[in-house]
Amino acid sequence: MLDAQIPEPAGAPEPAGAARLTARRRAVRRWSFAAPAAALAALVACSIFPAFFAGLFGHGDPRDCDLHLSAEGPAPGHPFGFDVQGCDVWANVVFGARSSIVVGLMATLIAVAIAVALGTWAGFYGGWADQVVSRLTEVFLGFPFLLGAIVVLNSVGQRSPWAVSAVLGVFGWPTMARLVRGSVRSVRGLDYVVAATTMGLSGRRIILRHVLPNALTPVLILATISIGAVIVAESSLTYLGVGLQPPAISWGLQIAAGSRHFQTAPHILIWPSLFLAVTVLAVIMIGEALRTALDPKRAA
Amino acid sequence: MRTAAKAVQRLAGLALVFLGVTFVIYLAVFALPGDPIRALAGDKPLEASTVAALRLKYNLDLPIWEQYWLYLGGLVKGDLGADFKGRPVLELMASRWPVTIALALTAWALEIVIGLAIGIVQALRKGTVIDHGLLALTVLASCVPVFVLGVVSQQVFGVKLDWLPVAGVRDGWPASYVLPAGVIAVFGLSAVSRLMRGAMVESLSADYVRAARARGFGPGRVVGVHALRNSLIPAATYLATDLGYLLGGTVIIEGIFNLPGVGNLLFEAIRTHEGPTVVGVSTALIVIFLITSVLVDAIHLGLDPRLRRA
Repeated sequence: MLDAQIPEPAGAPEPAGAARLTARRRAVRRWSFAAPAAALAALVACSIFPAFFAGLFGHGDPRDCDLHLSAEGPAPGHPFGFDVQGCDVWANVVFGARSSIVVGLMATLIAVAIAVALGTWAGFYGGWADQVVSRLTEVFLGFPFLLGAIVVLNSVGQRSPWAVSAVLGVFGWPTMARLVRGSVRSVRGLDYVVAATTMGLSGRRIILRHVLPNALTPVLILATISIGAVIVAESSLTYLGVGLQPPAISWGLQIAAGSRHFQTAPHILIWPSLFLAVTVLAVIMIGEALRTALDPKRAA
Repeated sequence: MRTAAKAVQRLAGLALVFLGVTFVIYLAVFALPGDPIRALAGDKPLEASTVAALRLKYNLDLPIWEQYWLYLGGLVKGDLGADFKGRPVLELMASRWPVTIALALTAWALEIVIGLAIGIVQALRKGTVIDHGLLALTVLASCVPVFVLGVVSQQVFGVKLDWLPVAGVRDGWPASYVLPAGVIAVFGLSAVSRLMRGAMVESLSADYVRAARARGFGPGRVVGVHALRNSLIPAATYLATDLGYLLGGTVIIEGIFNLPGVGNLLFEAIRTHEGPTVVGVSTALIVIFLITSVLVDAIHLGLDPRLRRA
């Protein structure tokens, strides 16, 4: 009511300029979502139908290798060249998309599951539940970068994508759990939750129907971005020799092998690195776009 | 009185975290499959009596919690234990700390200087080509894994251009440290610049900055004192935490540039199943990490007077 009485600010012809600005901004916003979304869609397609995409250049079989061609550069039909084993680089990079994306998604899912369960428990019930979860979170935040994952994975004999995902997920949940706890706490005091409590609904029902849907947005944004971080972490672990193992095909393994021959055959390192960097960039951009779209505080 | 109670509570929390992390590391090293004594001997089978003697010496036959208890007892006396060759872990680390500290501090300084500068320039030139260009550059750079940057910059600046040593520490500081520190700093400085830009944009439009301008202070003082100090909190928090990581988390870069630091020692120990060394070095790193987290609190108190009253 009060606002209506305040006269328009002096700069009356502003709206036209403002409209043009928002149109431009909207276009930028649309593109900053569409471009990474397209890149990710292509990568997901690669990881689902690797044979088709690998076949676009060369013979498309990542395991059809010829040592005569070891570390050869681009050749007719093989514009991306060959790796040290004489395997087609393009085919390997395309087939490698799957493990990176699977590990990124799996580890993030595991981390989100733990974070939502513990964060909700702590945030909704408070008291000793909160104490336990907060201390546990601090313990897991206390591990120096990747140290926990390196120590555990080094003791694991067979390091499948599932094992690597599980370990990265188990060490990746604390930041998200803090976020969930915070947003659950802020939702818990709102009128409709109090109303639901007064109506005698069970704690589980209140959490699932009333609290979680209104508290999950921030963690979903963070989870999206963390997919990229997990993909980088997987490649770092693999580079250190405690991640995925051959005969698995992954960008981490290709980058590790390529970095040993970078001086003589840089293409072996560059292509998987480029794919990895683009994937991470796309994931981060999607996360930022989600944040802009979903977080009212950041939208302005 | 209240502050004292808070401090005690904080310290108790830290002690709990310390016990938790060291116990998890201890479990991961000694309770997971993989016999450290067998790994010690390589391919040759050890005699049963030797194995038994070693197991006894390193308390490996005791239940895991009892081993951990003995380890804690040693810690209280300032003893980090000895590796399987009998060398004290403290001694193993002693010669390696200078390398790691020099590397971490160099990287940290680069993060502070370049990261803050980029963030401030972006905030002052908000919405321009400079702002967007710097943002794109820092985001792109932070998407490339650190070891790819390491290998590539080693080839480009070390081998091709021959500006800096390729590896090792023979040329001392700064020559041997600039390249690896620069590579490590890339990720941190893009984070710092983003935090700094966001906070700075916010404070530049805040009332107290407008008030400072209205009082006639020049742009240097308004930006450098009024806006800067209040914008530093997020970046300073990140930087303090990051120093903890830098001091312990440079395993990959120390490996690539062949720097004999603590990260290198830790990683070798993990690969060779040198359990006592892994636990000892990890313990030292955790202590550093906890100290930096106290440092973060101190920085908050120093920069944000509102917290001091609460």
